[in-house]
Order: sequence, then C-alpha cells, then structure tokens
Amino acid sequence: MSEHVDSVKTYTAVWLILLVLTGVTTAVAYIDLGAFSIVVALVIAAVKMLLVALFFMHMRHSTSLTKLAAAGAFLWLFFMLAFTLADVWTRGLVGTPGR
Amino acid sequence: METREHYLNAGHSLKSWLLTKDHKRIAILYLITVTIFFFIGGIFASLIRVELMTPQGDLVSSETYNKLFTMHGVAMIFFFLIPSIPATLGNFFLPMMIGARDLAFPRVNLLSWYLLVIGGAFALFAMLAGGVDTGWTFYTPYSTTYSNTWVIATALGIFVAGFSSILTGLNFIVTVHRMRAPGLTWFRMPLFVWANYATAVIQVLGTPVVAVTIVLVFCERVFHIGIFDPALGGDPVLFQHMFWFYSHPAVYIMVLPAMGVISEIISVYSRKPVFGYHFVAFSSMAIAVIGFLVWGHHLFVSTQSVYAGLVFSFLSYFVAIPSAVKVFNWTATLYKGSISYATPMLYAFGFIGLFTIGGLTGLFVASLGFDVHVTDTYFVVAHFHYVMVGGTIMAFLGGLHYWWPKMTGRMYPENWAKLSAAIIFIGFNLTFFPQFILGYLGMPRRYHVYPDEFQVLHVLSTAGASVLAIGYLFPMVYLMWSLRYGEVVGRNPWGATGLEWKTQSPPPVHNFDEIPVVTHEAYDYSTVIKEGVEVG
Amino acid sequence: MAEHAHAESLALREQFDTAEQQKESSTFGMWIFLITEVMFFGGLFLAYTIYRNTYPTVFGMASTSLNAVIGALNTAVLLCSSFTMVMAVRAAQLGKRKAIIVFLILTLLLGLVFLGVKAYEWNEKYVEHHIPGASFHFEGTAQQGPAQLFFSLYFAMTGLHALHMVIGAGILCWLLYHAARGRFTAEYMTPVDIAGLYWHFVDIIWIFLFPLLYLIDRHMK
Repeated sequence: MSEHVDSVKTYTAVWLILLVLTGVTTAVAYIDLGAFSIVVALVIAAVKMLLVALFFMHMRHSTSLTKLAAAGAFLWLFFMLAFTLADVWTRGLVGTPGR
Repeated sequence: METREHYLNAGHSLKSWLLTKDHKRIAILYLITVTIFFFIGGIFASLIRVELMTPQGDLVSSETYNKLFTMHGVAMIFFFLIPSIPATLGNFFLPMMIGARDLAFPRVNLLSWYLLVIGGAFALFAMLAGGVDTGWTFYTPYSTTYSNTWVIATALGIFVAGFSSILTGLNFIVTVHRMRAPGLTWFRMPLFVWANYATAVIQVLGTPVVAVTIVLVFCERVFHIGIFDPALGGDPVLFQHMFWFYSHPAVYIMVLPAMGVISEIISVYSRKPVFGYHFVAFSSMAIAVIGFLVWGHHLFVSTQSVYAGLVFSFLSYFVAIPSAVKVFNWTATLYKGSISYATPMLYAFGFIGLFTIGGLTGLFVASLGFDVHVTDTYFVVAHFHYVMVGGTIMAFLGGLHYWWPKMTGRMYPENWAKLSAAIIFIGFNLTFFPQFILGYLGMPRRYHVYPDEFQVLHVLSTAGASVLAIGYLFPMVYLMWSLRYGEVVGRNPWGATGLEWKTQSPPPVHNFDEIPVVTHEAYDYSTVIKEGVEVG
Repeated sequence: MAEHAHAESLALREQFDTAEQQKESSTFGMWIFLITEVMFFGGLFLAYTIYRNTYPTVFGMASTSLNAVIGALNTAVLLCSSFTMVMAVRAAQLGKRKAIIVFLILTLLLGLVFLGVKAYEWNEKYVEHHIPGASFHFEGTAQQGPAQLFFSLYFAMTGLHALHMVIGAGILCWLLYHAARGRFTAEYMTPVDIAGLYWHFVDIIWIFLFPLLYLIDRHMK
C-alpha cells in the first residue's frame, strides 16, 4: 500500500492546536480590535480550516488535482462575494442607470 | 436469425431499464424524459403565441398569461435544456469517446435520472394544480410574499432537478480525469468531451448556489423566515445576485455541450480535423470560468450600482471572445474541407449562423446604455431564443441525427430529415427575428396586451411558431419510424474518427470488446474505415 | 497475500480496471461533492456578509445574545469528533477492526452531543422570542427587521449545518454496521476514508460559523 499513515502524535498535536485556537478566537473576541476583529477571527478560522484539511483530510498527501479543486472552490466563493460586494459597496455613489 | 446482443436487447423487462446502471440506457431514459418536457414547454409556448396574435388579452387573463410564460420557461430551462445534451448525448458518448466501460459512478448516474424525474413530477404537479406565475426567475418579494400560486412545489422541483445536474457534472469530471483509455491524453480527446467537461465544472460550481437560493425562498414562504423581504430590511436585489450567479453560467451549461456537438459534426462532414484544436478546447474552459463573472448584466436596471454594472458589462464583452474563437475555428475547419450536406451538417450550419446572431445581440444587451433601452423587451427574448433554440436545440437535433445510427443501428430517412431541418430553420427565423424588431420598438416582455401597431410582427412570429412546431414534430415521427424501418448500419457509416465509431452499432453492453489503446490525435482521418450505410 | 487480493477484487466494480483507480475515483468524487457543498453553504455566507455589512450594529447586538461559551464548547466537541474520526480512518488504514468501531462510536457520540447542545441553544432562542416569525421580538433595538434577518441567517446556517450533521450521523451508523461485519481492511477502507472527508468538511463549516455568528462585537458587552 502506498498510502501514508500519519502518526497518532501528529493527529493529537493538530487536535490540541485546534482546541487552543478555538479558545484563542473566543478570548480575542472580547478585546476591542475595531475593524481588525473580523480579520483576526477569519484568519484564525482559516488556520483551523487548513489544519483540518491538510492533516485530518490528508490534503498534505493528496494529488495536485485535489488541491486545485479545493482551491478552486474557495476562489469561486471569493468571486461570488467580491462581485456582489462590489455592487453593495458602490451603490448610491452615482445615480441608477435608466433614471 | 441470431441477433447480436447489445445494450438495447440485453434485458427487456421494465426492471432492466429502471434499475439499469448502463450509461447508454440511462441516456435513453433521459432522452425520453427531456422530450416529454420539451413537449410540455412547447404547449405553453403555443398558447403564448396564440394569445399574442391579437393586441387584446382575449384568450387568457393576465394572471393566466403570467403562468404560461413562467411554466414555459421553467419546463424548457430546467427540465429540457439544462439536462438535454449532457444527460443524453453526453451520457451515451462521453464514456465511449474516452474508451471507458461506463461513467465513474453508474449508480449515481441512475440516481441523477430519478432526481430529474422526481423534480419534474413536482413541477408538473404545480403546473396541473394551478400553475406558478412568478416568471422562471422567481424574483422576490413577489415569489416569497405576494404570489398565491404554486411557488413551493415548483421551487422544490427545480431544487431536486438541480441535484440531478450536480451529480451528472460530478460524474463527468471524475470520469474524464480518471477513466481515459491508455494513450488518451487530454489533447487527444474529442472536443465534445472537452465541452462536456467544461459544462460539468459549471454544473458543480454554480448549481449549489441556486439550490440554496431556492431553499431560502422556500423558507421565506413556508416559515416566514425572510431574508429577501424589504419590510425586514432585506434586499430583493440580493436574491437577484444569488439567482443569477447560477443562472448566467446556466446558459453556458446549455450552450457549451451544443458547441461540442458542432465541433464533432463540422469535422466529420468536412473530413478535416477541427482547426485550432487547442484553442477550441481552451475556449470551452475560458467560457466556463469567465461565464461566472458576468451575472450582473442581468441586474443593470435593478438598482445595482453603476460601477458594478461597468465591470459586469466589460466582462460580458470579454466572455464573447472565446465563443467567437470557436466560430472562427469552425469556419476555418470548413475551408478546403470535403463538405457533405448530410442533415447533421445542415443543423451545424444553422447553428453557426443563428448562434452568431444570438451571440452578437448578446453584446448589444451587454452594453449598459443599450440595455437600459431594451431590457425586459422582446429584444432580450429574441436574443436568448436565438442562442438557446437557434443554438442549442439545433445542435441537439444535429447531434441526435449524427449519433442516431450509432445509438440505434439504424439510419434515419435523409430526405425527410433535410426537409425538417429546413422547416425548422425557416420557422425559427420567422418566429424570432420579428421579436428583435418588436423589442427595439418597445414591446415589453411578459405582456399579453399590446398596442395595435405591434400586431403585424406578432402575427408573423406566431406564424413562424406554427411552422417551427411542425418542423419539430417531423423528427419525432421519422426517428421513431427509423427504429423499425430505417436502413441497418455498420460501425461507422459516416467515416468518423472517435472511439465510439470503432464499436458496433448499437454498442454492446460493455461498449468495447477490448479497451482500445489510443495512439493518434483526435480527428485523424487517415486511420478511419468507413463501414456501413452512407448518406450524403 | 492472496486474501488481500481477494478483498480488493470483491469490492472492485466493473467500470474500473484496478482497485487503485476505483479508490482514487471515489476519493476525488467526494472532494468534488465537497466543492458543491462549499458553494451551497457559500450562498448563505454571501447573504450573511451582505447583511452584516448593511446592519453592523444590530448584528453585533444579536450575536452577543447568543451564548459564546456554549458555542465555543460545542466547537470543541466537534473538533474532538474530527479527531476521533481521523483516528477511525487511521485504524481502517491499519486494518484494526476493533479500533475502527471504537473510534466511529466515539465520533457518533460526540456528534450527537453537538446536536443535543444545538437543540438546547435553539430552545433558548425559542424561549427568548428570537425565532423569526410572528412572535419575534428582540430587546434593545428599534430595528426589529434587521435583527430578524440575523436570526433568519442564524437558523438557516446552523440548521443546514445540523442537517448535514444528522446525515453524517446516519453515514456513521452505516459505517459501523459494515465495520462490525469486518468489511473494512487495509486494502479496502474507501468508505471510511470518504466518510471522513465529509465529516471533516462539516466541521470546517462550523469552524467558520462559530466566530461569524457568535463572536461579533463581543467586546461591546
């Protein structure tokens, strides 16, 4: 079998880091970071996601195609959010077409 | 006389069909289903056109008219066009073209069909129980709050059918990546496979968004959890963003496989490789990607910001480029080719002309300024019918004729087929060209009462629709006729390249007696043996 | 050796040439499915982003009405279930039948705990009249509409997530049934593998839901 079997140690370490990060994100939420709060929260969440994906979902050992597919999903999510926000954030700056 | 066993006669029971895992049988099941919905959509279209012959709203009430155009759109888009080519011709031929015995997940394939049928049943129930009147676009807050029609049943139907589409896309993607025959590199694949692959990417990335949007509409109607309700501070335009994020790429789901069919047909009936193979392959991928970035052109007059409109308009022009690349490459393929005017080629010529018109008028409406004038008029209606009917449906018919001998072992009657193609072409143009003029002159869409001066154009359009309807009926009759009385064909009546032509007609259950090893490029006519009945 | 070959040939479906091709196809197929799920939940994340952008204050108030400690603990429960799930997959890779069963059961239990806590939380919302609908009322602001928007999204997102957890629990039961029958070996553990992918994905969704729903403007409390 060419399959890579990770060690219990690796999984345990990742698991504990995830728990710690959960604590961190909760605690940090009580600190006033202004506009940065959301950034910090999303960064921590992204790190947790990467840990789960790379280690628990074995993405470290998966094919480039799989990694591309996963990245593609997030890219598409980004497109959807970015272009919709591009509308919402710029409304009212100039008049509406047709009026 | 002994009959060879093939996929059609291996098992005659209903169970052998309804529980089949054979992609070829599933393709036939889909063909029957989508044809039924084409008929249903066609009935609604006929009622619309009859109503529009006179300026008064005299055949049906306004409420009923709203239901007619809604159900026409729902039936045609979700239950005919979206599944059409991928689930019938794609299902049948994609595995064969890559030298596989079946798709990666045959049971998922069968499930996809059942989901379409179940979704269709919900939609059909809604239609029969009183109909839905929101337009196929379900704009809020009308669909969520004010409409008193069968929105929920229809929405459920579309939701379920959406999963049919997603699973087909998933199946195709995994199949193309993992199940190609030895020697079949990506750039040796037929362009029809590239087209379906690109379509599958769209299905997988886009459909879930409309699915969740429908869930929200459902929740708003059933649980009164509103997120599109302006009374709660909700944004109806958000619905439009979410809806069109899928529904624009959806039109590429409808047209990309058609373009794949045209690539195959143009090549065979010119006996030349497709010019610029790589460009055509990459253009399919480009359309799939860029097609996701243009949805705001449906929101130009929705109060969407003009800056966003600018970006969407620019990108909409950009997405036309790969389509144009294809048209140029097809034309170049014809140059110095050995042209045959068999029926599939006639449909391909029709496609190229009509898709070009439809595509160019797409650029008209992609222009923000012009769109303000023609949006929600018959200009838009004409534009999308040119690409979807003049485009996709013609390609579908062309592909159906092209592959009919392979699927059935019989040739269709060529003269009737040519006649039908001509009737369809004439009927189509007579129906929809006047609508460009109507729209430009200001006739709104979704209205059944109109000023007298528009009547002449409407009568022409309805006359055209009658001709078109006849044109569509002919193939249904002669194709059925050919199953019994058509000339028996051999493996390769057209002298086409492609692995599907190397096996028997109809194909054996497992497609190939021996999995082929591919050693040459796609469309290599030097290696082809023409075997069987020839038509030209 | 012959037994291993037997295990893989028993499970090999006729459209595939080799067990490896089958396994790779199944795994890739699950990843593609997860991509569709990203876009499915993504629509809700889009709606959330738009409305939080439009009504930041009300969203902050509504968010702080949720119990962050319970939310955090529930997040931890789910992360533990991901740990036990990957241990189940590891056990399957090593062909350890009993370990597979133990870890699957633990995963299932943790998942059920998560759902139980969620039910408790929803009940709290019901008692406080924070469920959108006729009896909705949110104290402390005149902007009842936007407050209701937050809770609509809260219930839609956590509800959809919970539905995926329930389906996941069903899948775990199915896996347990087959694991108990010794169906999974080091050569054939694909169902465990891809069920693991699904479970971790549902966890990842929650990893984002927790801060976005529970932790807005906490410092203002």
